[in-house]
Amino acid sequence: MKYLLLKHYRGAPAPTNDVPMDRWTPEEVDAHMRFMHDFSARLEETGEFVDAQALAPEGTWVRSDGEGLPPVTDGPFAETKDLIAGWYVIDVESWDRAVELAAELSDAPGAGGKPLGEWLEVRPFYGVPATITE
Amino acid sequence: MNEPLLRELVPAVIGVLVRRGADFASAEDAVQEALIRALETWPDDPPRDPKAWLVAVAWRKFLDATRAEASRKGRELVVETEPPAGPAPVTDDTLRLYFLCAHPTLPPASAVALTLRAVGGLTTRQIATAYLVPEATMAQRISRAKRKIAVLALDQPGDLATVLRVLYLVFNEGYGGDVDLAAEAIRITRQLAALTDEPEVAGLLALMLLHHARRPSRTGSGGRLIPLTEQDRTRWDTGLITEGVAVLQAALARDRLGEYQAQAAIAALHADAPSAAATDWTQIVEWYDELLGLTGSPVVRLNRAVAVGEADGPRAGLAALADVSPDLPRYAAVAAHLHERVGELSHAAELYAEASRTAASMAERDHLTRQAARVRQQLRG
Repeated sequence: MKYLLLKHYRGAPAPTNDVPMDRWTPEEVDAHMRFMHDFSARLEETGEFVDAQALAPEGTWVRSDGEGLPPVTDGPFAETKDLIAGWYVIDVESWDRAVELAAELSDAPGAGGKPLGEWLEVRPFYGVPATITE
Repeated sequence: MNEPLLRELVPAVIGVLVRRGADFASAEDAVQEALIRALETWPDDPPRDPKAWLVAVAWRKFLDATRAEASRKGRELVVETEPPAGPAPVTDDTLRLYFLCAHPTLPPASAVALTLRAVGGLTTRQIATAYLVPEATMAQRISRAKRKIAVLALDQPGDLATVLRVLYLVFNEGYGGDVDLAAEAIRITRQLAALTDEPEVAGLLALMLLHHARRPSRTGSGGRLIPLTEQDRTRWDTGLITEGVAVLQAALARDRLGEYQAQAAIAALHADAPSAAATDWTQIVEWYDELLGLTGSPVVRLNRAVAVGEADGPRAGLAALADVSPDLPRYAAVAAHLHERVGELSHAAELYAEASRTAASMAERDHLTRQAARVRQQLRG
């Protein structure tokens, strides 16, 4: 079963250890980066890794304004917008395992070397329709 | 036989098929198929004459494909099945292949892919892995590129500047999957340098060698970016540096300066310094002035401000930065560094944080976040 673990820049409830990263010590920043790097490597080892991507915080809304007209853009994003930072896609045995991994990721080290306690969104992928239905 | 040697044969084999009457697109497809076959079978059953093997298999693949196409369209096979023998100007053919694959009408990503396949002898799968796209996407990108250049006259003079730009892009991509693109770029540029007499080709080769020499020291644990001043210089590859400097000196002696030679000269001055403090920044500024004269590039102007800051102090650096547009990528990072050095720590910390938000890569973002954290820690005392 595939799940998306979604990380937010904004829009998620506040983490337990809520200090912006540029106010950590450089060593704490390093420890966090190392944890994130190792997390991917660990998922690869267990055969659960599918994909990991990070998004830049800048972006814009776009919509068509009709044929022959240039598209309408609305950006940069307002400060209130829910903002995705990145994701992991994992392929795991169960929902419980997905939740367990999300919790591990949530506990990445933060300010003061204490766990971040960040909220992650866990979303199941739709499966494929069964070949044999009766 | 090792894989790089096999790859080196690819452009020449394409050349043979084209001389025998195959069109470029079909010849290139046939050679790709032969290459994949070679990668599968050679480890167990190496041929006595690798090039002849590739030509024979590729030619058979080409004939099969052409016959299938002809019978599908109910047409006669127009190509000679027994090729004319005779001497051939291999050098010109291979050079023409470089020009064709990096043709200015192709978008850079397509030119890169086609160059890696037809000139570099990589498989579509390897190229796809290196650029993190599905293999089918890469295959489609390559065949669209080939359709686009199929109508071009092959006897027109090529544009060397575009070829160099494409190789530069490949080099900058670095590692990707199991393919070392930087090493591939160096290999292909070496081949090109052997085919031409242009000092700029040598300049680009020197630039690549000098940067490649520093690669082992450029990242730390967890992919952490290590800036030039903090790199462990004992880990620089002195063999590559010696070669890069020699290639550059020979190019400069021709007295036809270009942007790659100037960039290589800057890289050589860094490589030559036993420590960051011993760097000859005055000479580096002079090379940036040359480079600015050659290109007028705003990015060069930005990097020049960094060099001025080192040569004449951070205030002079900030004065040089006043001529640079703040919209440039990395502007905030450079400004942060210079403001930190004049002692404006809280402004510097804000600029580092701003720079981290607009960074173009995660490694850079993480590095700039750490810089912001470091300066804020100093502020706390």
